[in-house]
Parts: sequence; C-alpha cells; structure tokens
Amino acid sequence: MRHLIAAMCAAILAGPALAFEPTDGALGMQPAATRIAERIHQFHGFVLVIITIITIFVLALLLWVIFRHNKKANPQPRKFSHNTLVEVVWTVVPALILVAIASQSFPNLYYQDVVPNLEQISSKSKQLQADGKTGAYERYTKNYFPEAAEKGFVNVKAQGNQWNWTYTYPDIVDDAGYPLEFVSNPMHVGLSTDPTNAGPRNLSVDYPMVVPVGRYVRYYTAAADVIHSWAVPAFGVKTDAVPGRLNEGWFLVDQPGVYYGQCSELCGVNHAFMPIEVRVVSEEEYARWAELMLAGDYDAAAASVRQVASTEQATQFAAKQ
Amino acid sequence: MPMDEVALNHHDAHDHKPGFFKRWLFSTNHKDIGTLYLIFALIAGIVGYTLSGLIRWELAEPGIGVLTQFVSGEGDVAIQNAKHFYNTVITYHGLIMIFFMVMPALIGGFGNWFVPLMIGAPDMAFPRMNNISFWLTAAAFVLACISMMVPGGSAGNGFAGGWVLYPPLSSTTGHPGPAMDVLILSLHTAGIASILGAINFIVTILNMRAPGMTLHKMPLFAWGVLVTAVLLLLSLPVLAAALTMLLTDRNFGSQFFNPAGGGDPIMFQHLFWFFGHPEVYIMILPAFGIISHIVSTFSKKPIFGYLGMAYAMVSIGVIGFVVWAHHMYTVGMNVDLKAYFVAATMVIAVPTGIKIFSWIATMWGGSIEFKVPMLWAIGFIFLFTVGGVTGVVLANAGIDHALHDTYYVVAHFHYVLSLGAVFGLFAGWYYWFEKMFGIKYNGFIGGLHFWLMFVGSNVLFFPQHFLGLQGMPRRYIDYADGFATWHHISSIGYAITLVATLVFFVGLVEALVRRRKGVANPWGEGATTLEWTLSSPPPFHQYNELPHVTAKGGH
Repeated sequence: MRHLIAAMCAAILAGPALAFEPTDGALGMQPAATRIAERIHQFHGFVLVIITIITIFVLALLLWVIFRHNKKANPQPRKFSHNTLVEVVWTVVPALILVAIASQSFPNLYYQDVVPNLEQISSKSKQLQADGKTGAYERYTKNYFPEAAEKGFVNVKAQGNQWNWTYTYPDIVDDAGYPLEFVSNPMHVGLSTDPTNAGPRNLSVDYPMVVPVGRYVRYYTAAADVIHSWAVPAFGVKTDAVPGRLNEGWFLVDQPGVYYGQCSELCGVNHAFMPIEVRVVSEEEYARWAELMLAGDYDAAAASVRQVASTEQATQFAAKQ
Repeated sequence: MPMDEVALNHHDAHDHKPGFFKRWLFSTNHKDIGTLYLIFALIAGIVGYTLSGLIRWELAEPGIGVLTQFVSGEGDVAIQNAKHFYNTVITYHGLIMIFFMVMPALIGGFGNWFVPLMIGAPDMAFPRMNNISFWLTAAAFVLACISMMVPGGSAGNGFAGGWVLYPPLSSTTGHPGPAMDVLILSLHTAGIASILGAINFIVTILNMRAPGMTLHKMPLFAWGVLVTAVLLLLSLPVLAAALTMLLTDRNFGSQFFNPAGGGDPIMFQHLFWFFGHPEVYIMILPAFGIISHIVSTFSKKPIFGYLGMAYAMVSIGVIGFVVWAHHMYTVGMNVDLKAYFVAATMVIAVPTGIKIFSWIATMWGGSIEFKVPMLWAIGFIFLFTVGGVTGVVLANAGIDHALHDTYYVVAHFHYVLSLGAVFGLFAGWYYWFEKMFGIKYNGFIGGLHFWLMFVGSNVLFFPQHFLGLQGMPRRYIDYADGFATWHHISSIGYAITLVATLVFFVGLVEALVRRRKGVANPWGEGATTLEWTLSSPPPFHQYNELPHVTAKGGH
C-alpha cells in the first residue's frame, strides 16, 4: 500500500522534486522528514487499506441489493428479520479489525508521544552490539538513534503570540547567562504590503527556527495570550501552545532542509498568518548561526541558513516511502 | 387541560382548530409545534447555508478578496476586517447549523410530529412546555443573530473564536466586547429549550405509549429520539456549567479558565467536549431512526435485527459519553489517557457497523422501490460509512497528531453531519411530507434534488480529505498556494449544492401551488408504523380512541 500511495503521490507531484511544503493537487501527506512522520505514513497507509476495503464492501453490498433486490428483479419480498449467525459475524469481525488497528496504533502513539530517554537508548544499543545481536540492533536503530542520543537534546521553546512565534534556546546562552530568544514574524499577512519575493506565500518567516540535523530536538510549547498550536506536517508533530502550560514533544530530522508548518488552533484575526519555518542545518552551520544570533546580527544569521533552501532534496525517510 | 378532557371536548369535532394567533403563537398541538420547528429550521438553515457559501466563495481562490466586499473600509483596512469577518462566519455557520438547523429539524420538527403519532399518543406529555421549548429556541436564534452584529472585540463585530468557544479567545483576553456575552445568553436559552424538550420526549415516550406497545415494540425513530433526549438531558447541563463559568470569568472576576488566577483553559475544553461529543450523536441518532423506517418501508420488509438496532443506538449513546477527549489529543494530555480515549473511541465503530449492516440486511431479499426518500436513505448509508471510516482513522491519536485541526477533520464531520444528518433530514422530509402537509411533492424534482445534492456535496467535501492530509489547517481565510486546486474544486462542489438547494425550494413551492391531494398511506404495505393509519394530514387531535398494538413483533 505504501508503494501504491507513493505511486499516487509521484503521479500527482509530476516530477522527482520533493518539497516540504504543501504540493498543489496532492492526494496524500507531505513527504516524511522524521521517523515519527514515517511511522504515521505507514500506519495511515495500513488503516487506509482497511477503510477502503470496508467502504468498497459496503458499496458493493448496496449495489447488490439495488440491482438484485429491487421491485423488478424481486417482486415478492421475503419476510425474514433475524439471522443470528450473520449478526454475530458483523459484530465480531469489526471488533477484530479494530484490535488489528489498535495493535499498530498504540506502539505508534507511544513512540511519538513519549520523549525518549537518551541514556537508555545509548546503553541499550551498546548492549545489543556487545551481545552481537545485529538483527535486533538494526531494528532498534530504525526507531532510535544511538549516535544522536550520545549528544543529548537540543532544546527549543516555541511560544505562540498573537500573531507570531517566539523561539527560545535555553542551550544557547550569552555571556550574561541569558538564553537566545527571538521573534519569528510572518513575511505575508494577506495585505497589499506583502513582499513578493520572500519565499512561499503564507509560509515563510523573517527569522526561522533553526535546529541541527541528526540531533534529538526536544521542543516545548507555551502561549502568551490565547491558545495556538505548533505544527510541522513533514515532522508529523502538532502540539498546542496553551497559556499556563508547558507542553513538550520531540523530533529528529536526518536531512538538512527547510520545513514549513502553520498555526493549528484558531487564535484570532491573523490565525492564518503565523507560519512556522524550520531550517535544519549541519552542526557547523548551526553553531555559526547561534554565534551570529547571540551577536545580535539576526539578518546575517538568517542569511547563513538561507542557502539550505537551494539544496533541498529527498530525505532518507521520504526516499524510503 | 388534562388529556381526558381534551378527548371529551373534541370528541366529535376534533378538527376544530383555534384561530391563527392562538394556533401558531400559543400552540400546544404537537403537530403545529413540529411544523413551527420545521419552518424555523428552514429559515435558520438558509442563514447557516449562506454563511457556508461565503466561506467557500472566499476560499475558491488564494488571497483575500470576496469577503472584503462585505466589510467596511478600503484596501488593507477592508482585508483586515475581512479576516475577522471570516472567523465570525465560520463560527456562526457551525453554531447555527448545529443548534438552530439540525437539532430543531430532527428533534423539534420530526420528533414532535412523529413520536406521538408513532407511539399512539394523542399529544406530547407537556404541551405548554413544548410551546416554551419552541419559542425559547426561536429567541435563542434571534440572540445569536444579534450577537453577530454587536462588537466582539477591537477587531470587529461578532464572536470569531470558532463554535467550540475555547477560552482565552472567548474570554476577555480574546473578545472583550458584548458579542460573546450575548452568544452565551443565546446558547443558555437554546440549552434550556432543549432540556425542556428532552424532558418532554422522555416523559411522553415512557408514559404515553398506546396499550400493548412495549418499549421493545416501539418504532426505531421513537427509540432514536428517546436516546437523543437522554443524551441532551445529561450533556446540556455540563455545557451550561461551562458557559456560566465563562460568563463569570468574563464579567465577575472569577478565574476558572484563567491560568494567571489559578484556572486552566483546558478545563473548559473537557467540559465543552463532555457536552460536544454526545452532541454529535444527538444530531445523528434521530436520523438513524428515520433511515430505518424508510429502508423498511421501501424494501417492504420488517427491519432486520430490530432489537440490535435499538440497543446499538443505546450503546452509541452510552459510549458517546466516555470518548470526549479524542477532540483534544494535541492539548498535552498524558499518553496513557490518550491511549484510553483511542480504545474507547474505536469501540463506537462496532454498534455503528451493526446499524449499517442491518440496514443493508433489511434491504436484502426485499422488493425495493426507489422513491425519493429511499434515494436519500441509500445515499445516507453510503456517505455515513465514508464519514464513519475516516472517524476510525482520526480515533488513532498517533494519526490525529498529524490530522488534528486540518481539513481532514472538516471533511470527516461534514460527511457524518452534512451528508449524514442532513441527508437523513431530507429523507425524513420527503418520507413524511405528504403525511404532514396533506399534499404530494413532485417526485422528479425530489429525485433531481437528491442527485444534485449527492454529486455536489461529494465534490465539495471529498477533496477536503486531500487538503487535510497535505496539512491544510482549519479556519484559515487564506492558504499556501499548494492548497489552491482542491479548494477550488471544493468550491465548485458548493455551487452544485446551491443549485440543488434551489431545486429543493422549487419543489416545495411547486407542491404548495399545485396542492395535489395526499393519501393516508402513499407507500403501501411496507409502511407499517401507526402514523400511516391516520389521514394526511392527520386530524388536529388524533387517537381519541387509543390504538391497540397487537402482540405481533416490533417495527
């Protein structure tokens, strides 16, 4: 089914270029850029097959009765109104189908929802290697990333405001001990003053959120005024930013690129105009960007990560689809 | 007047109707009140449908254009006003369609008309309370319309925070103006009306069934309304509590939903959805009942698995109360809690599946006639299946994290409501039109209405699945260019439904002008419920001598 979906998407995309922004006329999800999104795609593909079969089955039954049990074909109606066997079957079989769905749903949910324990990942992967269990090690490293786990988390806080995002990097501190914090404003707000050459309309921002490639990112969401929601479709993440709460989530992107998302909880007049732009860059570029940001040269910092847009390519996860 | 006196006084002149004002303003007759509800729902439906037209018109092309014509100001000022206006439009579209179109039509309209007729009762248990219910609903609608026109906040008139009314957007932080207060008053009034109506239905159904009609012989539409009424009675007070807390937060300095004062905005969401989730079953269960009767009537077969059908509705109602937080997977809930709500939500698919398969089994071996109500019923079964299976997709929190608050959700709930409840509503309309008004509609126009609506609403809503999968968020006045094609096609679908709706009104006017005299039972041997034993329209007071239901099986 994944291949079928991929084929459908490929046909619609009309070309090999994969973007991390919405594609016109597409039928499916945006290409996956994280293991979380990839697992969502696999699971969704699985459920899509089931629901498609069910829908076609119901349609077939309806067409059957329409053509075989109409007034012309069957002038004398039968009068039965019970059949215990068939009633048991259509109660038990759907229940079994739901169990099958749940068996995939729960591991998928816990994988994406629980921020991983990095020390445990390191020690478990080492254990597996030490025991010589290469098969188990490979399966484990599909979902967990021991090399990245060694380096710890990159922490970012996204605070929703009416109508932009404030990003805070508690790991990047200046000489006085204050963390890097900046506001990410939309380039487009639907007005005639909008620039025409500033990246994809309604998606790009002035100062994007930047994270290093191949690192575990732990993000927090908070809100200053009303509820917002921080979401990036290619990552498969969406977390509400609620006043008075600090929510968290995680992702790991293994290919550099530019990824777009949009606020996903109605927050007032400019709800449609507070996009999320995440630029995933190499560790070196990330360090340089952080340095420039700390120095206060936001424009130079933004320019230093701007180039990743031109090297856009299929991620490892997307390529596997 | 006690029931026995009614029977005595009007024994030999039961078609003696009161004068116009007494009959329609102070009405205590369940059939007149039902008609009032249907007319009311028709008017509110036109308003709600017009609002959805503004949405689709604006979204037909990228950029903000259409709505600027409807707001004050020029250029960028108009665009800024249009953004607020758009959010107002989506908010009131949802509220009006739910509270003032689907609920009044299915429960107030068909419920009032046919529950007493089907169970062999002379009227509702509390006729005056019935009248209060209707006029409170009408007053609530007027309040909602007023709320649209008074200041919401600095951005413009009306409340623009979505029908879910989440604080802090609905508290003074987001909407300091009086629009939200008027809206709270409106929903309180509508809620009181519905609670009174629910009590009326429960008492009527439990106490006034004709001799011999046990609960297990009661028609499924009455079962649907009974379960619906219990859901209303249990869920609406919770909404009322949440609204009251919001009102005191806004006006009297309480801090229920204000984190700065120790409150929690998420608490409102839990209360709201504890009402809101049963609410979606409140809208669909009466339609389930209608579809059962229509399928049985036109297949000329008794309903397959009658008891299973009745208890499927009961179990949907019960489970419907323990799944509410699946609307809130992204708010930051504990993962184990999410896992529970995933499991509980998926369980609902089982009784729903029983209903779908039982309808098909009712048709199986039948001698189906494809009259207009049957077209709507078959359309309902298929489209509700489509909406149901996408519900199973969304039940999985793992997928919902990607699809929450996208157009996939919009597509899902319009398939079960716009193409589910509304198709059920039209099915009931065509099924009972002759019975209620004593005149026949034109079958060709009714069929044309169905086919245009079927094609139009699918073109309208199916592409929204694709938009949602690509990540198009809900409640956006403008979108990234990558969403343009499917939005455009979706708007074309709306245009088709607009033609369908015009055809509906042409059919209504045609029937009213031609006045072809209706017969007591136009559907023949398949129509077995009690309302078909009466004339069309039924006498002003029916069943002066209560019908006796024989021991022979349920309907």
